Amino acid sequence: MDRFIYADNAATTQLSPKVLEKMMPYLTNEYGNASSLYGFGQNSKQAIVAARESIANCLHCKPNEVYFTSGGSEADNWAIKMIAKEQAKKGKKHIISTAFEHHAVLHSLNALKEEGFEITLLPVYENGIIHVEDLENAIREDTALVTIMFANNEIGTIQPIKEVGAICKAHHVYFHTDAVQAVGHLPIDFVDMNIDLLSMSGHKFHGPKGIGALIIRNGIRFANLIDGGSQERNRRAGTENTAGIVGISEALKLALENLEQTNTSIIQKRNRIISELLKIEKSRLNGDANTRLPGNINISFEGIEGESLLLYLDMKGICASSGSACTSGSLDPSHVLLSIGLPHEIAHGSLRLTISESTTDEDVDYIIESVPQVVDRLRKMSPLWEKIKLEEGKE
Amino acid sequence: MASVYSEKVMDHFANPRNVGEIKDADGVGEVGNAVCGDIMKMYIKVKDGKIEDVKFKTFGCGSAIATSSMATELIKGKPIEEALQLTNKAVVEALDGLPAHKLHCSVLAEQAIKAALADYYTRQGIDPKPLIGDIPETCEGCCSH
Ligand SMILES: Cc1ncc(COP(=O)(O)O)c(C=O)c1O
Repeated sequence: MDRFIYADNAATTQLSPKVLEKMMPYLTNEYGNASSLYGFGQNSKQAIVAARESIANCLHCKPNEVYFTSGGSEADNWAIKMIAKEQAKKGKKHIISTAFEHHAVLHSLNALKEEGFEITLLPVYENGIIHVEDLENAIREDTALVTIMFANNEIGTIQPIKEVGAICKAHHVYFHTDAVQAVGHLPIDFVDMNIDLLSMSGHKFHGPKGIGALIIRNGIRFANLIDGGSQERNRRAGTENTAGIVGISEALKLALENLEQTNTSIIQKRNRIISELLKIEKSRLNGDANTRLPGNINISFEGIEGESLLLYLDMKGICASSGSACTSGSLDPSHVLLSIGLPHEIAHGSLRLTISESTTDEDVDYIIESVPQVVDRLRKMSPLWEKIKLEEGKE
Repeated sequence: MASVYSEKVMDHFANPRNVGEIKDADGVGEVGNAVCGDIMKMYIKVKDGKIEDVKFKTFGCGSAIATSSMATELIKGKPIEEALQLTNKAVVEALDGLPAHKLHCSVLAEQAIKAALADYYTRQGIDPKPLIGDIPETCEGCCSH
């Protein structure tokens, strides 16, 4: 294959070589257990302490508010289920979320529903952004938790997190945000945004897979995740993943170093791809045009199906993603695309490209050249496209 | 590089055989629907009791395109009676298998051929029902809508 363009950075990212370099000692010579008293163990302990401090600095929280987990899904499950358990003791069994959360959140909420919790899912409207008035109206006496994602993983839309935080604070309701797609890509201030709990995952910003964190504001009562040793302040037992912890903290530090500059450049490329691909007839951008993650492009093309689009792009060396049923592994297209009101047949024809700082102008050119070719090829063999054109002719 | 599909499926997807339309077709069949994400349309030309030519158009995933292509290959040049006997299983075998959740694509391909043959019989003034049976209108149970 002569070309390889990775445009699926929302799925996962390449580990930064600088991050790997920082991790290497803890995968090789520095294998001591951080809980051990001797100096060799304390080397690992120091690395973990430093990583915790660095993450706290990056997110403007306190080091003892950082709890390492195996990733975003674990952090989401922990936050939601453990707050729910605690709040249920006070008779609070109502949770507010949105219709287009990640499955780690939605399926956790479904599990709680089975236990008698009532879930309100806020609408996300055509542009994929909640209205804070809907949140105000949904909060009740017995609301235990509000969980709203920072940025959506499919359509990239960014939610008004600071306003949500302020509303939750005013109503004395806990606020959790799944910030897996936002950490390392957007500036985040845990205190200023009035966030109580925040989930993050290392592999979404050029860190390693299998490491994440839940930030839990001090003073919140919540149940332990794993009982055992005293790691993570007795809350999540188990010998620490030292290399992973060092890796996630280094990746975050690097990601934020030139964030504004990096984002300006990514946004420029993103907008070029969007405006070029929207020149394809009967295409539409999914999610708000401006309030979206710097690297996210999500476009639907009528008359074609997403999986075949991805396979032809793969043959051209482009890695991308789609919300079609065939790629979601279920019978329906993505719940995110349905939540913004896309009809099934248009949701099936969606393409998500998520670019990063390593996407070059040449890559952008190649994408802009390849996607229309593939769409055209598929439309030429599509009886649905034939119908769409026929109906257009009648109008 | 690794793939979710067999080499045969990828070959038929990358280079689908018999794509297109037949303007003066003797039979045309269409199955599936847009909501479920796959539609197959088959055109046949019959001469001396044989499928002289066959073409297809498909909206759908990689395996929908590959099964359409393989199904057309399997019936091209064959007597109608033989084409009628084509099963989805034969299509799957000819493709060296399909992932379990894609088997419905092969069912659709079989139905599309049958629908085209039914149309052919109807045009000949022959009731296709005793020969072919009922062809489901939509891909039932294919999605929640
Ligand atoms: C918004 C969101 N939440 C949670 C997750 C799950 O994260 P992880 O893969 O680290 O468990 C993902 C990643 O797929 C995500 O995009």
